[in-house]
Formats: sequence, C-alpha cells, structure tokens
Amino acid sequence: MSANTTANATDERTRLEALWERDAVKIFVAFAAIYLVYAAIGLALGYSLDGIVNTLRRMTYLIAVYGMVTLALNLHWGYTGLFNIGVAGFMAIGLYVTMMLAKPVDPTGAAQYPGLGLPMPIAIAGGVVAAGLAGLVVAIPALRLRADYFAITTIAFAEIVRLGLTSGMAQQFSVFGAELGTGGGRGLTRNYGDPMNVIFELEAFSSFVDLTNALFGFGPTQARALAYSIVLVLVLIGFYWLIQRTSRSPFGRVLKAIREDEEAAQSLGKNTNRFKIKVFVLGCALMGLAGILWRFRRTGVTPTAFRPHVTFYIWIALIIGGAGSNTGSVLGSGLFVAVLFEGPRYVRRLIEEVVTVGDAPNTFAGAVGPLLSANPAPFLRYTFEEFLTLQFVLMGVALVLLMHRRPDGLLGHREETAAAIPLADRPVAETGAGPRPGGTDSDRGGDSQ
Amino acid sequence: MSTVDEAVNRGRNLSSEQFLLLVVGIGAVALLGDLILGLASGTYSISRVARYVTEGILYGLIIGLAGIGLSMTYSILNFANFAHGDYVTTGAFFGWGVTYLVAGWGVASVGPLVLVAPQREVSGAQLDVAITATPIAVLAGLLVAGVATALFVLLIDRLAFKPVRGSGGIPLLITSVGVAFALRYVLVFVYSSSTRGTTASVPSVDFLLVDGYVSIGAHDATLIVAAVALMLGVHFLLQRTKLGKAMRAMSDNRDLALVTGIPTERVIRWTWMIGGGLAGTAGYLMVLWTGTIDWQFGWLLLLLIFAAVILGGIGSIYGAIFGGLVIGVGMHMSMIWLPGGDFTTITAFLLMILVLLIRPSGLFGGKTTA
Repeated sequence: MSANTTANATDERTRLEALWERDAVKIFVAFAAIYLVYAAIGLALGYSLDGIVNTLRRMTYLIAVYGMVTLALNLHWGYTGLFNIGVAGFMAIGLYVTMMLAKPVDPTGAAQYPGLGLPMPIAIAGGVVAAGLAGLVVAIPALRLRADYFAITTIAFAEIVRLGLTSGMAQQFSVFGAELGTGGGRGLTRNYGDPMNVIFELEAFSSFVDLTNALFGFGPTQARALAYSIVLVLVLIGFYWLIQRTSRSPFGRVLKAIREDEEAAQSLGKNTNRFKIKVFVLGCALMGLAGILWRFRRTGVTPTAFRPHVTFYIWIALIIGGAGSNTGSVLGSGLFVAVLFEGPRYVRRLIEEVVTVGDAPNTFAGAVGPLLSANPAPFLRYTFEEFLTLQFVLMGVALVLLMHRRPDGLLGHREETAAAIPLADRPVAETGAGPRPGGTDSDRGGDSQ
Repeated sequence: MSTVDEAVNRGRNLSSEQFLLLVVGIGAVALLGDLILGLASGTYSISRVARYVTEGILYGLIIGLAGIGLSMTYSILNFANFAHGDYVTTGAFFGWGVTYLVAGWGVASVGPLVLVAPQREVSGAQLDVAITATPIAVLAGLLVAGVATALFVLLIDRLAFKPVRGSGGIPLLITSVGVAFALRYVLVFVYSSSTRGTTASVPSVDFLLVDGYVSIGAHDATLIVAAVALMLGVHFLLQRTKLGKAMRAMSDNRDLALVTGIPTERVIRWTWMIGGGLAGTAGYLMVLWTGTIDWQFGWLLLLLIFAAVILGGIGSIYGAIFGGLVIGVGMHMSMIWLPGGDFTTITAFLLMILVLLIRPSGLFGGKTTA
C-alpha cells in the first residue's frame, strides 16, 4: 500500500515538475505572487480597496510598457544578436513625432508650440514609421560594425536624439510651410484631446465606469486609467504574438542563425545584412510604438524622460528574463518593475508605517561618524533617507550579479529547435537510444537540434 | 564569370565606402575653406577661433588622458568598459576631498572637507583653493586622485570583472554598465548630488592676437603640464620597461603571452591600476580646470572618451591622445558654425560615428601596440 502511495506521490511530483517546466505556468505563478504581495502591501499600508486596485493598476501599466520594449529589444539582441543600447532614442522619436503631428495647428494658452493637428491614429502611425526610419538610418551603415562598436554607435545616436530635442534650434521649425516644434528643454505639453477618447466615448464605456464604481469605488478618471492599462496589456499580448510569430517563422530561423554564426548563415546563401536591417527596423518601430503608448496620455513630455536610464532598465528586464525568450522578456519586465523599480519605494513606506525613523543626518559624514562610537542609528536613518538613491545602486548590483550567476536569465535557455517540423513529439522508441550519427552538435546549446 | 562578379561586387563595396569618404572629404574641405575665407575677410574673429582651439586642446587633453586607460583595458581585456567615466568622477572626489582637507585644515571640520562639502558648508573660493595659493593641497589631491583610484579600480576588478573575465566581451560590457550605474549612485549616496564650486580665481596671462585676447590661466597651465607629463610617463613605461613590453605582448596575443611565461594576471592588475590612476587624475584635473564638481560629469564625459579612443584606434595610447585632441578641438570649433554650444556634444558623436563608418579600426590603423 505504502509503496503505491509513494509511487503516486512521485507521479504527482513529476507531473507538477513537468507543469512547472512550462514557461506559461512560471509566468502565471510569478505574476500571481507579485499581485498578491502588492495587495498585501496595500493592506498593510492601510489603503482602501480603490487604493489597492489602483496600486495594482499602476504596476500593470508599468509592466505592460516595459514588457513591450523588452520584447522589441529581445527581437534585436535575443534573436538576432544586435547589441542595441540606444533604446531610449527610438522611443523618444516615436513619442515626439506623434505629439508633434497630433498637436493642434494653433497653439493656445500654455502650449507654446504648434503641431500639424492630425488625427490620433495617423499621428501614431507617423511616430511608429519615424522610429522605424530612424532605425534604418542607424542600421544601414552601422550593422557592418562589431557588436561593441554597434553598441557605442546606438547609444551615441540616442544621445544625439536627446540632445537634439533639448537644443533650442529645433524648438520650432517649419516643414513645407507648416510650423512644428520639439519645444527644446521645456518639452511639449499635450493640448490635444485624450488619445484614448475613441474608447472613452463609446456607449459601452459608461457601463464600464459604473462597473468599476460598483466594484472598487472608482471615479471616472480612475476607470479611464484602468481601461488604458487594460488596453496596454492587450497591446503587450499583440507584441508577444507578433514577435513569437516572427521568431518561429522562416525569417526568425534566419535571425537565430545570424545570432549563432553569421558566417555560417551567409554560407547558406542568406543575405544576412538585409535580414539584420529588416529586423532592426521592425524592433525600432515597435520601440517607437511602446514609447508612444508609454506617455501619450500624460500632460506633457520633456527630453529628460529619455535619458540612458530607460535603456538600462529595459536591459535589466531583458537579462532577468533571459535573452532569446519572449516569455522571459515578459517575466523579466514583471520582476523588474515589481522588485527593482517599484519595490524599494513600497518597502520604504512599509518601514515608515512600522517604525518612526526620526531625523536623519544630512551628510554621509554625519552618518558614519557615530558608527565609530558603535551608534548605528544615524547611519540607518541616513540610509533610509537616501533609499531612492540606493535603489539605483541596487539595480546596478543586480545587473552585475545576474551576469555573474545567471547570464542566461531565468528563462533564457535558448533551446529552440531550428527544424520546421516538431522533433520532440515523436515517440522515444522511434528515435532510438543510441547516439545520433550526426555527432554531438547539440552541445552548443543553439539551434542545432 | 564568378571572378568578374566578385570583382564587380568588391568594386561596389569599395565605391560605397569611397563615396562616404568623398562626401566627408568634400564637407571637411568646404568647412576649412569657409574658415580660412571667413578669417581672412574678418567674418570670424581670429581671437575667438584661437580661444576655441585653446579650449579644445585643454578639453582634449583631459579626454585623451582618461582615454589612455580606457584604450588599454579595451585592448588587453577585450571589452568596452562603460564604468570608466565613473572612475573619472570617483577619482575627482577622492582627490578633491584631500585638497579640501589640506587647504581647509582647522577652518572646517574633517567630515565635510573629506566629502568635498556635500551641503556646500565651505566653498573652494572660501578655502582659496588654487594652484598658486595652495600648491601643496592641489598636488596632494592630484597624487591621491591617481593612487586611490588605481587601488579602487583594482578592487572593482576583483569584485565585478574578474569572476566573468573569461566569458567574452559582451557579458563584460553589460557587467560594466551595471558597475557604472551602481558606482555613480554610491557616489551620490556618499558625496550628495549637489554641484559645487571648487576653486578660487587664479591669475592668467593674456596674449594679444590681432583682434582680441586669448587668455591662459594658471589652472590651464597646470592642466597642460600635468597631462603632458603623465602622457610622457606612460609612453616611457610602455616602451622602456619590461611591464610595458609584457602589456604590448598581451594586447597582441594573450595566449601566446601566457605560454611565453608572462604573468598575465599581474599584467592585468597593472593595466587596471595605470588606467584607473590616469582616469582619476584626469577627473581631478577636469575639476581643477572647470572649477565645479558634480556626481555625473564623468559619465557625461564617457561617450566622448569612447569617441576619442575609437577615433584613434583601440589599443593605441597615442591614438587615444590624438583622438582626444581631435574631439576636443572639433567640439569647440563647431561653435564657429553652430553657436550656442547646444551642438558641441552632438558634433563629437557624429565625428565618432563617421570614423566608425569610414575607418572602423581608427586613424592609427588599429595597431594594438599599446
């Protein structure tokens, strides 16, 4: 009897392990944990129901946006091996072009600079195309370069974009007689209608507002924000679907071949340069779209929003999840936002809730001095005061540790089959147990199965 | 047939590169012609152009000095170190802490002095910090900036880079981005994020040049003397000592160096120390020259240093120095045509991208002979 139960138990365990092996399950568990923890934090901080839901909504919004950009970056680095560290530049181009196209022709009130007054869908399309074109401009000459030179070129490009947007020269200019402007360092204010109005003005939306009011006590503004986040999640799913399809297509197989060994791909008659240009442009256009969706509802934008920090965040998310894995990119964005981006702030609030911290010394010297006389309190207070600075230190250290311990990330095992037909589904008996005659080419961990 | 195709293809590739070169060449000639004509006709003030050139050379010396270290680690350890800019900042803070301590001993308490007055408790002007008024404080600071940064960089190598040294250039590059980020905010944590003035005003000599004056201050002169002396020092170190020979051998062929019996690990250590020391002194001199210090000036300098190193050719210290001067002078000269200073950095980046496209191995031919 007991042997039977243990057998059953092990059976159950292997089943669970097999289930755990699936990326979707890991993502589900991770996200459920993230939301539960944040709901618990909300409770501990004494938030009301709408506060908690709003916290979770904000998380969702951030995860969706970072997820989109990370997926696009995964297309560059994970699938093709293009080391793009100019992500922020392409996002900036997308958003700025969209805003410049959408702003009304006659500037009113505080909004100093005119735009073209185009309808929103056209403006978004324009922004995406502009980001893609920028990618083309960078890609055509730069793809001949080594990975590290390519990286430096892309970050230099992103800085050129940011500094160009900051400079006074492009503050206001005219193209074919139409006045446009980037607003220079002061940036652009949004003086067009809410871009989500297409949805908000639907008949059905008012019942959504009523529903959220009944469920969480949301007002109309919060309901709109929630709907916006839901739309972003849908777009994220679209991104995932698109990139998953791309990577599984014959086109995607060539990309993986380029990543593993570009010369080998060339020797098989593939024009690798053309593939690289295409995929780079596609990824940049997607980054542009993510940049647009990230901030086009806000009251305004300044060039400081596109400092190299943004690129750094996306890279951490990608590396947490594992380059080359789309599910990993989504998981990585979730973990990055929950643990590294939002986490420290909530931890700080929690500490504040539990203990009264008191006045911190205002310099590091004032914090360290008492340590010599075995009084750690001022140092702890100072650390607490500077928590948000330390958050950035934490991000940097996290990246270093990831490179040390898990350079392939959580899901970046990169064992995708290159063959068009499924190989794994065949019964074991047919494939035989002996070594394959082809030799041990699978030990490179690439697409060689 | 196939050989004909090949020749045609080669010709096509060549022609696209030559076309780019031609465009750049025509652009350069046009700018030069415009400059000469403008100077001759008096459209551009001669003394103003001379001021741009002097400022450019001084700025270029700093970039070149910091670039030597980056170039050395790039060629010997084979990765682009994105933390190098923050080594520059770190060195500046180390050195200026000592300068403040020496110059302000007894005036203010030790803590704020070592932290370069994080809440602006005292200013450089109050302490009268200048090469002419407090030469010992400045020299002590310069020395500490070099030595302390060298040791600090060694520590970072041990903690961050050594464990992943074998895993190739890109993982090391990503690691260095993490190090840069962490280090920058540790500096904010320790030294605060305020920008402060560090020096008192110093005497200067004015040279009359046709339609105006070009002025060289005492700190400009200090920068020139210190930078040139350090560059000569590195030159002799690499050319005359056994260590230099070993370094050159390693950047040439690491495996061969290893089997020849060169203690590669020791050479790597020295490379980090020399590179870090030069970065630290460059940071110190930059602050002495500009008179202000803040937590991210090194990071903002980093891409310019990369531009210089790539322009000169990775691995060549002469290339780094030359590249630094080209970038510095180019940046400041750009203000002749694009006034306002908004476009100086953009000019530098465009210069770098152009060099990468026309001659990826750099102007000094990619000779990795240190």
